[in-house]
Amino acid sequence: MADHIVSAFTDELDRLSADILRMGGIVEQMIADAASAVLHNDVQLAGDVIERDHQVDQIEGDVERQIVSLIARRQPMAHDLRSVFAALKVSGELERVGDLSKNMSKRALGLEAAVFPAMRSGVARMAQPVARQLHLVLDAYASGNAAAAKAVWESDDEIDQHYNALFREMLTYMIEDPRSISDGAHMLFMAKNLERIGDHCTNIAEFVYFQVTGEHLVQQDRPKY
Amino acid sequence: MDGSAAGNEVVVTPEPAGTLALGDAPRMDCRNVNVFYSGKQAIFDVSLPIPDRSVTALIGPSGCGKSTFLRCLNRMNDTIEGCRVEGEIIMDGKDINSPVIDPVLLRSRVGMVFQKPNPFPKTIYENIAYGPRIHGLAQGREDLDEIVEKCLKRAGLWEEVKDRLTVPGTSLSGGQQQRLCIARAIAVRPEVILMDEPCSALDPIATARIEELIDDLRKRYCIVIVTHSMQQAARVSQRAAFFHLGKLVEMGDTDQIFTSPRDRRTEDYITGRFG
Repeated sequence: MADHIVSAFTDELDRLSADILRMGGIVEQMIADAASAVLHNDVQLAGDVIERDHQVDQIEGDVERQIVSLIARRQPMAHDLRSVFAALKVSGELERVGDLSKNMSKRALGLEAAVFPAMRSGVARMAQPVARQLHLVLDAYASGNAAAAKAVWESDDEIDQHYNALFREMLTYMIEDPRSISDGAHMLFMAKNLERIGDHCTNIAEFVYFQVTGEHLVQQDRPKY
Repeated sequence: MDGSAAGNEVVVTPEPAGTLALGDAPRMDCRNVNVFYSGKQAIFDVSLPIPDRSVTALIGPSGCGKSTFLRCLNRMNDTIEGCRVEGEIIMDGKDINSPVIDPVLLRSRVGMVFQKPNPFPKTIYENIAYGPRIHGLAQGREDLDEIVEKCLKRAGLWEEVKDRLTVPGTSLSGGQQQRLCIARAIAVRPEVILMDEPCSALDPIATARIEELIDDLRKRYCIVIVTHSMQQAARVSQRAAFFHLGKLVEMGDTDQIFTSPRDRRTEDYITGRFG
């Protein structure tokens, strides 16, 4: 798309999307690191993820301030308006993803060292497709690719299936050895967090789709198995 | 409409003024309008239905033809030497350019408000009373007083001027003068009001008053407004039409035009990418 006559307007919109992508990059890494902290019982890495959440909150606040100022000064229209709207919503979704990753890390710190290794690897395994969903939807945002956003939106069901499988797996461990119930409960929350992150990715996909096309993805069109 | 009309026959049934229901046929229906100034074409094949009791905004860069098009709607272009208008502009089943239409009468039905307020060099009272008097719309002095009061009230000016109706209209502030001109326009009971950048000479407060007034007037009248302010078009109109190089590029509901325009040129213009 051609630049605005007022070049500062283009610069401001560019800065906004750059901040969203920077925030997305941090959050994506937080998911992977939280999962790694669980898998390897890495206390330091878990603490590091918790620390990074402040950074995410700061960027979100900054994005909000930029947007309020931009609306007041530029009154964006059409694609610009949709971009600003999407940036506001996406930053909120990413902030939630950051929170959920932080929560996983906090729970990782609460796990017994002797927890079943298979429980740890179950959660870590589920984190991979979730982080990939986020990666794909951020790519769609960066490139303004509505079809890619829609593909992410349509594939959330895989995450849900993963969650259901993991849920049953954790229950088996807990039944097998009631001493693992406390850790198992933490693990279930972690799995739920990952499932929620998947939902946030579909929300982001909806905003990207709207930003690019001006049309809303309708919930009933999404495949459910 | 004749129910027996069949096949490809097009039946245009003239209807008397004021019988069109809300949401019915357009108040004015412009079909394939072309305008030439001394042979040079300024408007190219514009077809635009204008709905009743709503505000239609004409937007587009300078020189795109939106004002020229607006002026077609009450034959203001007749006064320009060498200007030729082709196509149909249907109002109540009749083409307003037909020789049987009296342009003076037409302009009482299709009123106009200009960019710069232009009150007559007369009293506030006379500014309003003049039109109804010459068109024979008032029965006597009392009737005329009533019309003046009603129009000034409808234009949101009554409270500010009721104690000084005999001072010259030109002594009012710019915003008040513009509301006086709107009051003057509605005094002859028009059905359509054309506004050519009515706020461009006004400060934001006077502009807000006019916009509030436009929003109120659209309950009774069909309004067509030309504006250079995208925000104003978005605020006051329900329908918007984007003109570029004399062509109608896109028309649609205002919400759609300003959030998801279909044409790239509309998008570029309203987002400030060319102009």
